[in-house]
Amino acid sequence: MTQLDQDKMNTLRDVIAEANKQEYSESYLIAVLHKTQELFGYLPREAMDMIAEAMQIPTAHIWGVATFYHYFNLEPIGKHVVSVCMGTACYVKGAVQVLETLKKELGVQVGQTTPDMLFTLQEARCLGACGIAPVMMVDDKIYGELDSKKTIDVVNQYRKAAAETVKV
Amino acid sequence: MSKMITIYINDKAYKVEPNQTIMQAADKLGYKIPRLCYHPKLSIEGACRVCIVEVEGQRNYVASCAFPVSDGMKIKTNTQELRRARRDIVELIVDNHPMDCHVCERDGNCELQRLASSMGIRARHFAGERKRYDKDLSSEAVIRDPEKCILCGRCVRMCSEIQQVHNLTQANRGFNTVVMPAYDLPMKESVCTACGQCINVCPTAAFLEKNYTQELFDALNDPEAITVAQFAPSVRAAIGEAFGLQPGLNMEGQLVAAMRKLGFKYVFDTQFSADLTIMEEASEFLERVQNKGKLPMITSCSSAWMKCLEQFYPDLIDNVSTCKSPMSMQGAMTKTYFAQKMGLDPKKIVSVAAMCCTAKKYEAARPELMFDGMKGVDIVVTTREIAWMIKSAGIDFVNIKPEQPDHPLGMSSGAGAIFGTTGGVMEAAIRTAYELYTGQTLVDIEVEGVRGLKGIKEGKLDMDGQEIRVAVAHGLGNACKLLEVVRQDPSRYHFVEIMGCPGGCIGGGGQPYAQINTIPLDDEALNKRAQALYDLDRSKTIRRSHDNPDIQKLYKEFLQHPLSHVSHKYLHTHYKAKLPVGIVPKEAKQIEVTK
Repeated sequence: MTQLDQDKMNTLRDVIAEANKQEYSESYLIAVLHKTQELFGYLPREAMDMIAEAMQIPTAHIWGVATFYHYFNLEPIGKHVVSVCMGTACYVKGAVQVLETLKKELGVQVGQTTPDMLFTLQEARCLGACGIAPVMMVDDKIYGELDSKKTIDVVNQYRKAAAETVKV
Repeated sequence: MSKMITIYINDKAYKVEPNQTIMQAADKLGYKIPRLCYHPKLSIEGACRVCIVEVEGQRNYVASCAFPVSDGMKIKTNTQELRRARRDIVELIVDNHPMDCHVCERDGNCELQRLASSMGIRARHFAGERKRYDKDLSSEAVIRDPEKCILCGRCVRMCSEIQQVHNLTQANRGFNTVVMPAYDLPMKESVCTACGQCINVCPTAAFLEKNYTQELFDALNDPEAITVAQFAPSVRAAIGEAFGLQPGLNMEGQLVAAMRKLGFKYVFDTQFSADLTIMEEASEFLERVQNKGKLPMITSCSSAWMKCLEQFYPDLIDNVSTCKSPMSMQGAMTKTYFAQKMGLDPKKIVSVAAMCCTAKKYEAARPELMFDGMKGVDIVVTTREIAWMIKSAGIDFVNIKPEQPDHPLGMSSGAGAIFGTTGGVMEAAIRTAYELYTGQTLVDIEVEGVRGLKGIKEGKLDMDGQEIRVAVAHGLGNACKLLEVVRQDPSRYHFVEIMGCPGGCIGGGGQPYAQINTIPLDDEALNKRAQALYDLDRSKTIRRSHDNPDIQKLYKEFLQHPLSHVSHKYLHTHYKAKLPVGIVPKEAKQIEVTK
């Protein structure tokens, strides 16, 4: 583990220490897992092992919860999460084409992360932006009225930004 | 007593106790509602919906395992519409199942198969996508086959509620749900203690012991191999059930005869080494008492408990007896003392153990137990496997003429016999320890306080003014409670017996599957198996391990005396903390210890 990861683990330990003071402390598991994902972007096994010991919850129980909720990532995710809306309106307006474009452009399937760790591709249900369907969300930013070209343009924007960050 | 209420089942009125479920009430009235995920010793899951009944006024059919009776309730258990619904439910389960019954190990004793038959499923109507997974063959003891799993959750509840091991969980969701250890770890790398109770309660073949019957048939057919057998006390008390006999019959003589017919060159009895274990263990205990060693001393015969100790209770390792289990002592004596006596090459001996236990397969593979570059036991088969082999070889087990085990590792005292049941090791140890300590013979040798199926039993014994306090737990969940007491108040007991399985070895993970119309780990069957061993004890003239003449001879000719350097080399072992760390949830450890 890197020093950065160690710091994150210590933050997590503090959160658990706080949870352990509460009545029915085991019920704080989901909150602790949320915090873990917030810190690491996913649920690393080391973190789940630590949570198990610190909260005295068997790892199998943690694993059951972690795998039940789609929200939790069990593998590291990319710097940017690209979620393509597959809701009815977007679907009708060509969401499949957007998704297929992204799969081809990024070279990954849904749920996977690009080898350079820049993008993770996900499907989403209605994002509430039906008026500009089809839409996709990159992190917390919405892009609407997409077609193949526009989709690739958005991806390239992020690629360019990432390349510049590296240069600096 | 609470006021009786009236319920109507299929239009007939019955007076029943309140505060029970429809299923419980119906059971007592002779209506056996079909069921699958229900087990009386486990929490109510209500997952399978097989036990649905019609209750007047309810919009939908209700799960009778989870629905309480109330006064005036009108219940229908067998309407045509209900029968169809129930059949559809089972059919949907069956359609997500390989349906390869004719090549399945549980063919003939599978609850799903029986259920499908009793539902009258004669065709497939819902054939669609079916789950496909690889088997997990990593463990030496317990294999996992998620394709056969119907997600009733009994194994998960057994592993967590009764055993407090918490190795299994239902991971993922919906169609993708799979019963697995944390992180989808292979069973071998998980906290699984190999107790095999998941196998006992599984209605299908989603959990099975790793099968070694073909290796054993190979050895039996190898003219070079000197096949030497041993069999555990509890095997004789339960194997009859695999042949359709009632529980509680001692089939020792039949088993010895059948094993000879299978081709074993020598058939010994693990009960001999149970006596040997007592010699070493009682001596070790007295040494700890006299020399202020680590107390309480905890027994070490149960292999599931051994693995549990190393992962869940590493802080108690120094409390555990260094004695190997009877099986491993027997293996060691077979390849040393016996081989030397007979002028046999120990490398040519194939040492085979028929055990009531799945964890013994794990134990046999433990490198810590090796001596002179050899394993004490080469092949372990369960009661189920040896029963299958006997059937497969066409041996008429039920009508066979009983025979005696061979000398010099086959004769046992009554103390050796009761090793198979909870409290038995303690009772056997007391019989010998008392005499070794006081020099007097214990007159009242039946220690009632440590007998029976109560989860945790305590007892006291006066040895020449020295009070010895003992405690006994069976099933790892009960053990967890008792060990919490030991952690909090180490001076409370001097001697603690732990057996990993409910009822002790008689309820082992390798015992015959429950017979038709019975449930796995039924207390009545466990009590009968225990009784068979207590009767065997009572039928013997020699009931104390140290009075066994073959044991005395073994010490004279080979081991010298208990805890000698020879004993230490072959009969003792060590334990060390192992990963992954096992975690018992807080609520299972909330014990108030009264001083």
